[in-house]
Amino acid sequence: MSGHSTYVPKSALARWFESRLPLVGFMYDSFVAYPTPRNLNYWWTFGAILSLMLVVQLITGIVLAMHYTPHVDLAFNSVEHIMRDVNWGWLLRYMHANGASMFFVAVYIHMLRGLYYGSYKAPREILWILGVVIFLLMMATAFMGYVLPWGQMSFWGATVITNLFSAIPYVGDAITTWLWGGYSVDNPTLNRFFSLHYLLPFMIAAVVVLHVWALHVVGQNNPAGVEVKNLARDTVAFTPYATMKDAFAMSAFLLFFCWFIFYVPNYLGHADNYILANPSTTPAHIVPEWYFLPFYAILRAIPSKLGGVIAMFGSIAVLAFLPWLDTSRVRSATYRPVFKVFFWAFTLCCVGLGYLGAMPAEGGYITAAQILTAFYFVFFLVILPLLGLFETPRPLPASIADDVLAKHGAH
Amino acid sequence: MNSIRQGLNHMFGRTAKSVGFAALLAAGLLAAPMASTADAADAHAMPQPPRQSWSFGGPFGTYDRAQLQRGFKVYRNVCAACHSMKLVAFRNLSDPGGPEFSEAQVKALAAEYQIKDGPNDAGDMFERPGRPADRFPAPFANDNEARSANNGALPPDFSVLAKARTYSRGFPWFLIDAAIQYQEHGVDYIVALLNGYKDEAPHGVTVLPGQYYNEYMPGHIISMAPPLSADVVEYEDGAPQTVEQYSKDVAAFMMWAAEPKLEDRKRTGAKVMLFLLVLTFLLYLTKRHLWDRVYREV
Repeated sequence: MSGHSTYVPKSALARWFESRLPLVGFMYDSFVAYPTPRNLNYWWTFGAILSLMLVVQLITGIVLAMHYTPHVDLAFNSVEHIMRDVNWGWLLRYMHANGASMFFVAVYIHMLRGLYYGSYKAPREILWILGVVIFLLMMATAFMGYVLPWGQMSFWGATVITNLFSAIPYVGDAITTWLWGGYSVDNPTLNRFFSLHYLLPFMIAAVVVLHVWALHVVGQNNPAGVEVKNLARDTVAFTPYATMKDAFAMSAFLLFFCWFIFYVPNYLGHADNYILANPSTTPAHIVPEWYFLPFYAILRAIPSKLGGVIAMFGSIAVLAFLPWLDTSRVRSATYRPVFKVFFWAFTLCCVGLGYLGAMPAEGGYITAAQILTAFYFVFFLVILPLLGLFETPRPLPASIADDVLAKHGAH
Repeated sequence: MNSIRQGLNHMFGRTAKSVGFAALLAAGLLAAPMASTADAADAHAMPQPPRQSWSFGGPFGTYDRAQLQRGFKVYRNVCAACHSMKLVAFRNLSDPGGPEFSEAQVKALAAEYQIKDGPNDAGDMFERPGRPADRFPAPFANDNEARSANNGALPPDFSVLAKARTYSRGFPWFLIDAAIQYQEHGVDYIVALLNGYKDEAPHGVTVLPGQYYNEYMPGHIISMAPPLSADVVEYEDGAPQTVEQYSKDVAAFMMWAAEPKLEDRKRTGAKVMLFLLVLTFLLYLTKRHLWDRVYREV
C-alpha cells in the first residue's frame, strides 16, 4: 500500500513546500489516494466513528476542565456549577459523560469486527496489538474520569479498583499507598486522577496515529479476508468512496449518541453518583460503569483476591496474543463455519458476564460467572488454537473483485 | 429498543447476515445499563413505585409552571424546615424553564430570608436580608446539627436529590426505558415514598421510636415522620390540597431543582435530531449514488 507518492503539487508554492516537507503529499496519500478494499461493509466504518468520538471527548473535556475544580470539597459542586451556570455546560457534560459510553460501544463493535474477520492475522499483528494498547488506555482514562465528579460511585469505585493493587504479594500495600498519595482515596488521589485523565487521551491520540500508520502500511483487511491482488479491480480510492461512507455512518452514529445526550442523559450512569462522596457510607452495591462489567464479573468470579486480579488483567492481556492463538490460515468467519458458531458463543459469553457483573456477587451468580469466565479463557487458549487445525474452511473467493461480483451480480 | 434495532437493521440492511450483527449490537447495548439493575436483589422486597404522568416526560416535555410554583410552596412551608437546597439560588426561580416567578416576586421572597455574610470592616460576621443572587440558606449550620435535631438521621440536600434516587425496573424494562425515554424513576420514587407510610408495620418488623414504616423506603424503615397531610399547605390556584397532590407537586419541583435545564435540553435535542436526520438521509443518498457506480464497474 505504501510506495511513491502520487501527489502532484499544482502550484509553485506547493512544489516549494513539498520539496522541503512532504506533508501535503503524506495527507493526500493517506486520506485521498489510499486504496481501500471494494467489499468493505459498514462494520468497517467504526474506525472513523472512533476517531470522531476521540475528538468529541477531547474538545468537550478540555472545555469542561476550564470549569471543573479537582478538590474533594469543591469537585461535586463544580460539576453542578457546570450543569447550572456555565453556558451550554449541561450539554458539554452530558456529551462528555455519554461520549465515554459511546466510545466503548464503538470500540467493542470495532474489536468484535476484528475478531469476526480475523483482522489481527499476519501481517496485521502490530496493528492489532496497538489496538489493545489503545483499549487499555481507554479503560484507564474512563475509570479516572468517572472518579472526577466525586460522587458516591466515583469514590467507592476508585476505592475498590485501587485496592486491587494491594493483592500484589509483598509490595501491594506500598504500591496502593503510593497510588493514593495517602492511606485512603482522598484529595491527592483526586488530583492525580485529574492530571492523568487529562494526559492519557493525548497518549491515546498518539497511539491512534501509530495504529493508523500501521494500518496504512499493511492495508485494511476486508470481509472476504483475501489480500488485494489487483489495485484497480479490488480497491477504490479512500476519497470520495470511504470518506462518504464513513460520513454517513458517523452521522447515523451521532443520531444514536444524541438520543442519549438529549433524552436519556443519565440512563447510562448511576443515581448514586449524584450523592456527594462519603467515605463513611458505603453504597448498597458498588458497580462500575457498564463497559467494565464483564471484567468486573471475571474479577469477582475467582475466590482469591490475587487470583481475581490476575484473571481480570489476563482477560485483557490475552487479546494481545490473539494473532498467535488463532492458528487458522483463513481470516474471515464467513468461510469458517465452526469458528462462526464459537464467535457468537463468545459474544454471548461477554454479554452474560456483563449481566453478572451488575448482579450481587452471591449464590448462583458466582457459579454462572465462573462458568462464563472459564469459557472466556477456553475460547482463546483452547478453542482458537485447535479450531485452526481441525476446522475445514469453505472455499475463499479468488479475489476481492470476485467477492463483490458474487454479492452484487455481474454487470 | 425495538425501533433502534429496526433502524440499525435498515442501516446495515441488505444481507441476512447483517441481521445477526444488529442483534450483536443490541446485545452489546444490553450489557450497557445492567448497572442500573444492580439493586435487583433488593427489589424482591420492594414494590415498584407507580408510574406517574409528568408534564416534563417525553421528547417534548416541559415543566408545568403552576405545578412548580405549588411545589415550591410545599418545599418552603414543609420540607425546608429540615432539607437544605444549597445549589439553588433565589434568582433561579425566575429563570426561563423553571417556576418562572417574576423578578419582583423573587426579590421580595429573597428579602424574607436572613443570609449570613461578612466579615465586615470591623471583622464581624453579620446577617442581612437575602438578595436574588444568594443561594437558599440551609436550615442547619452543619450536618452534625442536622443529625442532632433529627434523631441521628441526616435529611438529604434537595439540590440534585431527584436524580440521586431511583428504583430498579428489572429486565427487560431497563432496556425498554432507553427507547421510550422513561427517565422519571427518581420523581416516581419520591411520590411513592411520600404516599408510602403505613400506620402499622407488618408483623415481625420492629419500628423504634422516631422511626416509621414506609413501603417504598429501602429496608422499609425511615427516620422522616410523614411530612405531608391534607390542607397543610394552602393552594391559591384551586388545586386539591391532598397528600397525593402535594407529593406530585413537590416532586416536580425537585426535578426542576435537579435538572433546571431540562426544557432547554429537550428543545435543543429536537432541533439537533431533525438536523441529523436530514443530514444522515442526504449523506446516505450521496453515498449510494457514489457506490452504485463502484458495484456496476467492477
